[in-house]
Amino acid sequence: MISVQQEDFDVAEVYRQIRHSAGDAGAIVTFTGLVREIYDAEAGNSGGRVTGLFLEHYAGMTEKSLRAIVDQAAERWDLLAIRVVHRVGALAPGDQIVLVATASAHRGDAFSAAEFIMDYLKSRAPFWKKQTSTQATEWVEARETDAEALKRW
Amino acid sequence: MLDIHYFASIREALNKDHERVALPSGDNSVANLISQLQSGDPAFKALFSENNRVLVAVNQTVVDQSHRLSEGDEVAFFPPMTGG
Repeated sequence: MISVQQEDFDVAEVYRQIRHSAGDAGAIVTFTGLVREIYDAEAGNSGGRVTGLFLEHYAGMTEKSLRAIVDQAAERWDLLAIRVVHRVGALAPGDQIVLVATASAHRGDAFSAAEFIMDYLKSRAPFWKKQTSTQATEWVEARETDAEALKRW
Repeated sequence: MLDIHYFASIREALNKDHERVALPSGDNSVANLISQLQSGDPAFKALFSENNRVLVAVNQTVVDQSHRLSEGDEVAFFPPMTGG
């Protein structure tokens, strides 16, 4: 249900698993987050062309936080299955970072829950990105817009 | 004793990822632990004086500074999270 791992993941494989385990699902939403190459200068970061990213996390608390977010989603929407995979360690532009998959009888629940999980995961699970670009190697600053995104829920 | 962990930019600023310190006697709030750590380390003091946001977790849950600590607690200091 929740995996925190260095290895890459296979979206098709996760989709097959969730489709198999979700029973009579009418909708499956999969969201994949990728490392972007172009990094806009903002919030105290220098911008430039990204050459690498390192994702640090707080082992133990990471899983606990993701579990709490997933439990909240499961309480709020009618979901038949939820899967979250988040990578840690060294990543390169174009690499997959995160996968959220949700299954429900009707699409509304699966869409909303996937978006809710992503919004919460960005600012409530203990991951920190350190980015190397053509300009600098620096910690990615938290965005106001990510904190704002939580208010709609 | 308290197990204290530091992450990301805070770990780098302090040049350590982990230490054990005695549970403050008397006032056992997170705020008091912070002021004790500040008086022992100028780098720790600087973290809180630079308009930085520093988050505190106790036993892997984010808490505010009025939280009361107990013997054996795991305390962590880290910057705002940037996952996803």
